[in-house]
Amino acid sequence: MTVLLASLYQIVQMLLVLALAPLLTGWVRLAKARLVGRRGPSPLQPYRDLRRLLRKEVVLARNASWLFRAVPYLMFTAIWLAAGLVPSFTTQLALAPTADLITLIALLGSARFFLALAGMDVGTSFGGIGSSREMMIAALAEPAMLMIVFSVSILVRTTSLAEIADFMMSGAVGLRISLALALIALVMVAIAENARIPIDNPATHLELTMVHEAMVLEYSGRHLALVEAASMLKLLLYMALIACIFAPWGMATAGGGLLAVLWGVAAFALKLAVGGALLALFETSIAKMRVFRVGEFLGGALLLSLLGAIFLYVSRGV
Amino acid sequence: MGFVVSAIAFLFVMAATGVAARRLPSVPTIVYGGSAAACAIVVLWAAATLAGGGGVAEGWVLPIGLPWIGTHLRADALSAFFLLIVNFGGITASLFGWGYERAHRDSHAGPVLPLFPLFLAAMNMVLIADDAFAFLVSWEFMSLASWLLVLSTHREEGTPRAARLYLIMASFGTACLLLAFGLLATAHGDYSFDAIRAQAPSVSAAAFCVVLVLLGAGSKAGLVPLHVWLPLAHSAAPSHVSALMSGVMTKVAVYAMIRVLFDLLGEPAWWWGGVMLGFGALTAVMGVLYALMQEDVKRLLAYSTVENIGAIVIALGLALVFKASHTPVIAALALTAGLLHVANHSLFKSLLFFTAGAVLTATGSRDLGRLGGLIHRMPTTAVLALIGSAAISALPPLNGFVGEWLLFQAILNGPALPEWSLKIEIAVVGAALALATALAGACFVRFYGIAFLGRPRSRAAGEAAEVGAGMRLGMAVPAALCVALGVLPTPLIRLFEPAVRLMVEAGPFDDRAYQPWFWLAPTSAIGNSYNGLIMLAVIALLSVLLVLVIHRRASDRVRLSIPWGCGFDGPDPAAVTQYTASSFGQPIRRAFGSTVFRARDEVEMPEPGDTRPARLTVRWTDPAWALLFTPVGVAVDRLAERANRLQFMTIRRYLTLMFLALVVLLVMVAVTQR
Repeated sequence: MTVLLASLYQIVQMLLVLALAPLLTGWVRLAKARLVGRRGPSPLQPYRDLRRLLRKEVVLARNASWLFRAVPYLMFTAIWLAAGLVPSFTTQLALAPTADLITLIALLGSARFFLALAGMDVGTSFGGIGSSREMMIAALAEPAMLMIVFSVSILVRTTSLAEIADFMMSGAVGLRISLALALIALVMVAIAENARIPIDNPATHLELTMVHEAMVLEYSGRHLALVEAASMLKLLLYMALIACIFAPWGMATAGGGLLAVLWGVAAFALKLAVGGALLALFETSIAKMRVFRVGEFLGGALLLSLLGAIFLYVSRGV
Repeated sequence: MGFVVSAIAFLFVMAATGVAARRLPSVPTIVYGGSAAACAIVVLWAAATLAGGGGVAEGWVLPIGLPWIGTHLRADALSAFFLLIVNFGGITASLFGWGYERAHRDSHAGPVLPLFPLFLAAMNMVLIADDAFAFLVSWEFMSLASWLLVLSTHREEGTPRAARLYLIMASFGTACLLLAFGLLATAHGDYSFDAIRAQAPSVSAAAFCVVLVLLGAGSKAGLVPLHVWLPLAHSAAPSHVSALMSGVMTKVAVYAMIRVLFDLLGEPAWWWGGVMLGFGALTAVMGVLYALMQEDVKRLLAYSTVENIGAIVIALGLALVFKASHTPVIAALALTAGLLHVANHSLFKSLLFFTAGAVLTATGSRDLGRLGGLIHRMPTTAVLALIGSAAISALPPLNGFVGEWLLFQAILNGPALPEWSLKIEIAVVGAALALATALAGACFVRFYGIAFLGRPRSRAAGEAAEVGAGMRLGMAVPAALCVALGVLPTPLIRLFEPAVRLMVEAGPFDDRAYQPWFWLAPTSAIGNSYNGLIMLAVIALLSVLLVLVIHRRASDRVRLSIPWGCGFDGPDPAAVTQYTASSFGQPIRRAFGSTVFRARDEVEMPEPGDTRPARLTVRWTDPAWALLFTPVGVAVDRLAERANRLQFMTIRRYLTLMFLALVVLLVMVAVTQR
């Protein structure tokens, strides 16, 4: 019975993240537009964009290989699965024991690995720029992310996301300097990984300043739709992750009934709305930095997270 | 036991055949086929022995070697595990080598043939040696056989220097091991491992031993800063030998570390592991940074071996510190991670060296700047190289990730240790390992993206053809295992559990409620589990669903067109503007290399109106040479010059010197024997 229910929750979770991801992106765009005094498009615009892209034909470079055509599917699946693994409205997910937080990071790493390869497949210079910069950013963001995982899991004594959420909800942790450091570092990593300002500009049209967009420049039609949808899913994933670790309130736990689940969904939607608004506020109040300052930004994140982990390693004896 | 010894004897026969019948056209088939068969016998024997719960209790004593001692041979569970790894690597290398020799028949078929089985035999002998003398003789034999194999390409530029450096470092390593065993066998002069095990060395002797073994075995494995010979020598050898040296011989060095540090030296002190953790972390990060700077495919792979050895040494260090603090279950977890990474690395590094060999065969080049677009010309090799690159970058659900996952789970147990310095060190080592892993991802995107994707950067790359069936088979076997072990790691972990148990007196799955065999859920990883099988199934299911839905419901039209080449005209505009290996590495070079390697990009820009092309040169200095080897070399030179005077003395003075030396030695004996 529990297994069936967990499988059902898992399927609902997969569909929920898929349905909400474009809305979240639309909401961030709308909020940003309003903050700078524009009216902005409807928050439903990303859905329309995706539908339009799906209907268009694919314009493919002559020398594109099978890898180029397979990557959008692979990376979308990897990110979708990763988003499905982060507890959003309930901690009772069927796939929770198959993959912990370390696996989640590695899954995102797989998606990035293949997308970076696809960027180099056609052999244009923009793809190469994007791929090499993306891997440089990843080389700093991934260790920072793992150190955040270390901090959290030393406190909770597990790397399983469902158990982390359960533990954080129990309130047994209290306020901790290490957690604050980890939160700041995680936000910094999330900004870098999602190609947001000040690391990268998702709306730029100047190729030389782009990272993520340069990498996917050769994609069009349904491939581009998948890549875009994957980016939207990734943004939702990071917000869900921050919410799951640092603000798991409202999530349904073991034995929670239908009402608890509905309340969990509502709380999740509310968290996303707040997170999106904060992201828009942050992005409108800061300027994009040079690509080579990104190293300092992420190096800062890495050091913060390492500091947090060291505090915990030292403070928690046997 | 008899199987292993007769397999080794058979390998010697194969070597003799290689010499005697070298004019026969079918001799490569005989030698490589025979080597593969001998290795297969040992693999089966080792697997059966491990599955039967351990190694051989009673060893053999052969009446050869040192008088009154003889040669002791024995294969316990640890030896059996390494025999499995070494000989599996031997099988795939033989398969690939057979195809490789046929493609390169004219160049160096002669010297490689007899030496290849000798090299395999020597590695097997190191693993079953049960006394210090047999161990050292086999070790030196292994070094010399591989040195001769490196020299088989002596006509190529750079090989003589690589071989000379290798010979110096190998002699240095053997000398260190000789001293270490000398310290261990001090009291009774009995060199058998049983006798060494029976008596605990004094604290200072053990400390010297640890340092000497790390120097001796570490120089063979490629621990930074003793790694300098490794990328040169490994990359100079023919590709299947490179695979054996990088994928397998470094593992024999790891075996030597485990044998001495976990087994022969008895109860470890807490700082041994601390030293290993430090050097492991340094090796992992430096190795991958070096790899990111390389333009030569095989040298890049060899530096990546250095990185992976760093990860293995980190795992061994963790196992040692936990063993020293009497938490055997976590030690077992760390050692399991280390041994699993040994198996994984031998697979994907062999695979990647084979693909480099295939690329070299097809294009005649191993310079990244002359490759590109090979995914169109060599489709099978490209798929297999992709599997290898993804596996070595620790991407789920392949095998590299499983080892990494276990290692991180062990690192997470760091706070359980009593020593503060170790706690902080483990946190930093964890960060370094994470950094190395992420950089390895970048390194292999660069390797694969430049060599196999994009457009051909030379005519040879544009006209390359897929390699023959033997080489493809040699690559396909390790690639298939990379996937299989990533999805189902538990059977292998259960198989080598006796080896872990022998070293740390606990298994990774102790007192854990029963888990089905396709789950990876070690005890000390509290409540954490990983299941590659379900992950792969879900990814496959979702991808198929996605493809079906998109192609059914959305457009499936495709229009082919020429990509935009930034305004460059011509038949292949993008070929001029596409990224090179050096430009891909530039952001990382700038972020890390500017401090570590003092890397500088220099742009030589011609005057306006001048039609010469602008040039960009990258300069960097190798810190290992600048800080360690060049000063040592200079010092040795000076010392030699001083000592030169000793060669021109009268006989009277020589006799006086000898007499003085004798007196000094007698005084030392008198003092120490008191």
